[in-house]
Amino acid sequence: MNLDLGAPMIEITGVSKKYGNAGAVLEAIDLHILKEEFVTLIGPSGCGKSTVLKLISGLTAPSAGVLRVDGMTPVNAREIVSYIFQDATLLPWRTVRQNVGLGLELEGVSKNRRKEKTSALLELVGLGHVAGAYPRELSGGMKMRVSIARALATNPRLLLMDEPFAALDEISRDRLNEELLRLRGEQKWTAIFVTHSVAEAVFLSTRILVLAPNPGRICATVPVDLPWPRTAGLRETPEFEAMVALVSHALRGAAAR
Amino acid sequence: MKRRLMVVANAAAVFAALALIWQLILWIFRVPPYMLPSPWAVAKAVAARFPSLLDSFAITAEEAIGGILLSVVVGVSVALVFAQSRWVRRMLYPWTLLLQTVPIVAIAPLILMWMGAGIFSVTLIAFIISLAPIIANTTQGLISVDENLVHLFLMHNASPAQLLFKLRLPHSVPSLFVGIRIASGIAVIGAITGELYAGSSSVGRGGLGYSILYASSQLQTDYLFALVFAATVLGFGFLFLVMFLEWYFLHKWHESARPAEAE
Repeated sequence: MNLDLGAPMIEITGVSKKYGNAGAVLEAIDLHILKEEFVTLIGPSGCGKSTVLKLISGLTAPSAGVLRVDGMTPVNAREIVSYIFQDATLLPWRTVRQNVGLGLELEGVSKNRRKEKTSALLELVGLGHVAGAYPRELSGGMKMRVSIARALATNPRLLLMDEPFAALDEISRDRLNEELLRLRGEQKWTAIFVTHSVAEAVFLSTRILVLAPNPGRICATVPVDLPWPRTAGLRETPEFEAMVALVSHALRGAAAR
Repeated sequence: MKRRLMVVANAAAVFAALALIWQLILWIFRVPPYMLPSPWAVAKAVAARFPSLLDSFAITAEEAIGGILLSVVVGVSVALVFAQSRWVRRMLYPWTLLLQTVPIVAIAPLILMWMGAGIFSVTLIAFIISLAPIIANTTQGLISVDENLVHLFLMHNASPAQLLFKLRLPHSVPSLFVGIRIASGIAVIGAITGELYAGSSSVGRGGLGYSILYASSQLQTDYLFALVFAATVLGFGFLFLVMFLEWYFLHKWHESARPAEAE
């Protein structure tokens, strides 16, 4: 495993994105993200947060500029990347276990190996008892856990998360935030996370990027130097609240432009 | 269990009431039996000619099932081609509408001419008439997959074959069943219509349509009624069979297949 933490996971240089003749969704983005960083993109609607993830995953191509993921083109880097969508995007005709094993299956991993791996992951996200259930039978929070387990199954080095907890109630969201950090502590992946929630961004991130719209650009960078490991209690500290206030202020500035 | 018993009792009561009204009409208007036989006479005809009735029933059922199976195989294959690109759909889809609009009674004589009379020709007619809904619904199911699911597969470097067989095809199964449900009704109609033209290669033995024609030419009105009754039972039986299969394959994961319609 590459433990050269100095090398960037993501290098984005002068990237712009336009759709047709409409104004630029993103303009002249420069961004370096180091290995094991947890970077959150936050900003008002239409600032191109999701587009950044689509570009990094190679699901859409930039209109100008260059992207490198661990030194590779986004499409070539897909093997080390997992994407978590806003909806759990589970296959309804598959059981929880079969859903978690989907990525492994598509990559041709043998059935026995798959079973081993999915069992371990289901235990890790606390879903061992519903391995044989269908998505229809699960709550929103449980579905999202399946989605996370599926993303982690292929041992990604980079996790892209596009508002994964936006549809959940606050209690489930907080709990999943804590779980996400626990998993990150064990597996050491790099994360790029998109959210509308300032508190969520502060709790999870090593660094927050505030984006502004028309055209989409990075208008502020806020390093989050709260102590690790972060647990539920952190949310009640004055340092946490001060950081939330700081990011909220930057966000208001972005929206006002 | 008790509720199911109630349903059966209800149906039986309605059936008895209808038979009674029917019998009353016969008494009041003095209808001759060759115009409208009594329910009792129909029941007697069913009992007396049960083996040949069952034979006709089996022939028509065979033709309709053959037609549907053929249209599922051909229809799903065509839909898989249609799902490949919007361009292919634009070019070829209008032609499937032709299948739907061509009157089956108009082409039945042609098929008889080309293929000769018999079970094969009638199966072909049932197939032609039931093909369009299978193609239309399956295509819809194949192409209406959530974009994020496609992205998910792409992120795992899925091959086009994996996208088709692990995502689009299973996703289209509920729509396929909608198509089969529509097709099952019209396949029975197609088979009976086909039999009116091309029903039998040996005199006196054929499916329900053929026997209906034969019975009416012989003024065996009681048997004619028995045949009509059998045709209705066949249509119902088909619908229930398809609904059962739909439930069997989909109830574990799909909302539409839950027994909500029972009430």
